[in-house]
Amino acid sequence: MAEDPRLAAVDDRLRPARRIVAVTGSKGGIGKSLVAAALALAASDRGLRVGLFDLDFTSPSSHVILGTEPHAPAEEFGIEPIDAAGIRLMSVACFSGDTPAPLRGTEATNALLELLAITRWGDLDLLVIDMPPGLGDTALDVVGLIERAEFLVVGGASPVVLASVERAVRLLVEIGSPIVGLVANMHRSGDGVARLADRYGVPFLGTIPYDPDVDDALGDPERLRSTAAFRSIAALVD
Amino acid sequence: MHEFALADAVVKTALRAAEEAGIARIERIVVSVGELQRIRSDLFEYSLTQVLPGDVPALAGVEFSVTVEPVVFRCRLCGREFGRDEADTDEPDALEAMHMIPELSHAFLRCPGCDSPDFDIVAGRGITLQRVEGSGADGQDG
Repeated sequence: MAEDPRLAAVDDRLRPARRIVAVTGSKGGIGKSLVAAALALAASDRGLRVGLFDLDFTSPSSHVILGTEPHAPAEEFGIEPIDAAGIRLMSVACFSGDTPAPLRGTEATNALLELLAITRWGDLDLLVIDMPPGLGDTALDVVGLIERAEFLVVGGASPVVLASVERAVRLLVEIGSPIVGLVANMHRSGDGVARLADRYGVPFLGTIPYDPDVDDALGDPERLRSTAAFRSIAALVD
Repeated sequence: MHEFALADAVVKTALRAAEEAGIARIERIVVSVGELQRIRSDLFEYSLTQVLPGDVPALAGVEFSVTVEPVVFRCRLCGREFGRDEADTDEPDALEAMHMIPELSHAFLRCPGCDSPDFDIVAGRGITLQRVEGSGADGQDG
């Protein structure tokens, strides 16, 4: 009967989270991590209890965006997320720091399961998941393991990005995963993402302007809040 | 200790498995712990006793059997099979990281043959509920 007991723990650990939003997009470099971290920060600014789960095992960056030095979490009947600008953050960087962690699919699945089984998020109004790029194992694991996850899809105007994002939207629609909506990130012109949303019957939540000030504001939550990009992302919380 | 969280998951899974198998009284829960978890069997057995709910009759008098499954790695580059005795570290932060997330072995360990981090974990990973032994409501062994 050999069974993996960690599967039984996942629902227990996530039950205290009222809402779970996974920020995805299928293409690397389109700003998923920034959208996820800024969304968490904006929700926290509104007084919500927020968690941020960085699932990019090979290139975790949430701690960099929020300006937090990752450190080993406290252990208490599991592990406690660390505090990052008032957000409860869990990231593989809490354990591996800057050391590269080259994980193949099975390893990433097991690392995700382990973290889901032992992380005690506590009562949260919102848990934001920063998804890794692509439609690989981790994305499929989130769909399979976290049934309540709703997906926020980050797109962009470039035809290359649009084609990739369309594949992500199509997959989510086909497997019946709820989509909160699409946003167009680093937006300069065009309405490709809005038309994509319309084509698949999912909400288009708006555009996040290309903002040259963002890079300099990374790592400084106060400065990040003053950027046009952050204000657009914060509007998503409303 | 995060072992408590894993022990809690084992007990809950065992209760569900017992219910599905028609076992009304659980006599023994058999668990294997992968060496990669870096959890001592006696410490995990202690954790299991600590998370037992006191108000579940099916668990009254339950015993645990915890065994450690040795880890076997196989390098994807040179094909060498090796264990922890050939590839380990004494760096405390690395040991703690691998204790929490065993898959981080890929960050801290290397194949002793070719120094690659690209190896498969063939055996000795995770915690597995092997079986639940007990008797049904009619006293039949299960």
